[in-house]
Amino acid sequence: MSALHQSTETLSRQERVVLNLYVITGLAVLVLMMLGGIAMRMSQGTWIELPPDLFYQIMTAHGAAMVGIAGLTSSAVMWYFLRKYVSLSPGIFLANYVLFMVGAVLILGSIFILQFGGGWTFLYPLPVKSNGMWSVHAAAGYMLGLISIGVGFLLFYLDATLAILRVYGNLGRALGLQWLFSGDIDKSHPPTVVASTMVIIANGIGTLCGAVVLVLCLVNAYVPAFELNPLLAKNMIYFFGHVFINASIYMGVIAVYELLPRYSGRPWGVSRPFLWAWAASTVMVLIVYPHHLLMDFVMPHWMLAMGQIISFTSGLPVLAVTAYGALTNVHRSGIRWSMPAKLLLLSMFGWAAGIIPAVIDGVISVNRVMHNTLWVPGHFHFYLLLGLWAMLFGFMYHVIRTRADEPDSAVDQLGFFAYLAGGLVFSGMLLMAGQASVPRRWAVHAPEWVPYASAASLAAILVVLATILFAVRIVSGLLRAPNVGTAH
Amino acid sequence: MDTQRLVWSITLIGIAIIAAAFLYVVARSGTLLQFESVQKKAYGIRRWFFWALVVLGIGTAYATLAEFPIPDQHVPSAGARVVDVVGKQWSWELSANQYTAGVPVEFRVTSNDVNHGFGIYDPNGRLIAQTQAMPGFTNRLVHTFTEPGKYRVLCLEYCGLVHHNMITEFEVVAAPQGGKS
Repeated sequence: MSALHQSTETLSRQERVVLNLYVITGLAVLVLMMLGGIAMRMSQGTWIELPPDLFYQIMTAHGAAMVGIAGLTSSAVMWYFLRKYVSLSPGIFLANYVLFMVGAVLILGSIFILQFGGGWTFLYPLPVKSNGMWSVHAAAGYMLGLISIGVGFLLFYLDATLAILRVYGNLGRALGLQWLFSGDIDKSHPPTVVASTMVIIANGIGTLCGAVVLVLCLVNAYVPAFELNPLLAKNMIYFFGHVFINASIYMGVIAVYELLPRYSGRPWGVSRPFLWAWAASTVMVLIVYPHHLLMDFVMPHWMLAMGQIISFTSGLPVLAVTAYGALTNVHRSGIRWSMPAKLLLLSMFGWAAGIIPAVIDGVISVNRVMHNTLWVPGHFHFYLLLGLWAMLFGFMYHVIRTRADEPDSAVDQLGFFAYLAGGLVFSGMLLMAGQASVPRRWAVHAPEWVPYASAASLAAILVVLATILFAVRIVSGLLRAPNVGTAH
Repeated sequence: MDTQRLVWSITLIGIAIIAAAFLYVVARSGTLLQFESVQKKAYGIRRWFFWALVVLGIGTAYATLAEFPIPDQHVPSAGARVVDVVGKQWSWELSANQYTAGVPVEFRVTSNDVNHGFGIYDPNGRLIAQTQAMPGFTNRLVHTFTEPGKYRVLCLEYCGLVHHNMITEFEVVAAPQGGKS
């Protein structure tokens, strides 16, 4: 079995502090926002009574913070492994964190002090047309917060781009495009570099687009005569949102490529199907976003058809290359199912299974009766809870681990199964409610919808308890200053 | 079986198949086999798996897009009753509130302020059709009601703090005997 921690992963004291900041902040925000999520589901289930304005404020914070923290924590995974192959700046990595925190303060202040409740997607022109429910300054504060976070990510991607260019010459070579059709593939070309290059291309463009539409919305907020085209703004917002959250998964999956082989004892190198999958994903993640606009009938119909078809094809690399590759890697490998290995394989299941309801919802005639029901949060909670966060927990458990044969505690094992069961039931209840036509983003639920919310609340409690357990174990492991990056 | 139940069944079956594959691999992971042997067999299966997914995707795309499910937005629907719909925070204005079963209705949906979602729920509480209501644009949704009864319109795009109260009703009546009105 290869070394659990490689010498090239050794962290300096400063790097260790910054990594700890990312991980601990990620866990803290995750738990807090899960509690916000539970409060919303309990309110829909009539267990507690949240006033609608508070419900929608929590909903806005929950969406923005969960998307943001998924991106931030995933970027820690990308940074941790990419710096083995290229020279990344710890200062820029820290700047990303600082800008994120500045943004978080602005966003939370706008929501909970200035009463902004426009939803995390800031769908133009709602932020500035609240019907007197919040001020333009509240909306501006929220949007400035998002811009601050976006600038941090763009700095990080810029640093990663320059670092990759210094080693590989151009982004095409880093993606391995030179081996798509012929030639002997350099098996030592790191999957981490391929995935990171895809992310900086796609999410660089996506985040830039988000920043542009936010600045335009800000100008409109104070100069109302400067109006945006609502359809164009919607396209830009969903393009940004779609690319950003998917890029988070693509950053997180680096942990699977890097770590699963260490636990299975088998290599996971690049191959032609692997390179094709990532090259195709780079394009597909940029052009699939019209599947968020299938009910905007005035959109060019070729774009809507493209949204449906690319939804299908974008599932192929996940299923046929990454998830299948993970199964191949561990099949009859004699792998020892420690927490990192369990969580990383769970993440492959969560991602692969979660895209099924997502892809089906991308069919226009299905979307007609599913769009903006709870089916939508059903599928993204499935692959974010059981996919992305399982990747991130797997990474964190690995970082605090000192020996490959270190046994899992009974508490960890209990937490794993509680998280799995809770995540399945919670996501399943959202999907079930979606197929029963329960609308999403409704503060008050009709009596016939309440049982779904009640069952989901119970499952959500299980998920948050398991997450708190993970968080306590991980944070205490980090603070014990483990042998992170020390070769064994 | 309506679309929702069909989709729910397909989703459950799909997830179950993936779960079974993972459980199978986990169950067999303790026994050792040379990686080259595993790879050779697995990659052979993957080729079939990949092409099966491609065929499934092409078949589904053809079946669901050959007759495009959204009406042409530039050509009025022949024989349809036209109903103008305006969404505004937080109510709906419909130019008519009673329609006849069996007669296509063309809803011309727009908004006075922000984005809304025009979602039609049948008397059993099932969502049967929707489109977005957007300021500056008009989406044309064509639907033929088959069952008489009270239908509700719910807002399906978050539009502010009273979003959940943006509901209205209309009625579908049976076609008069002897022909459609």
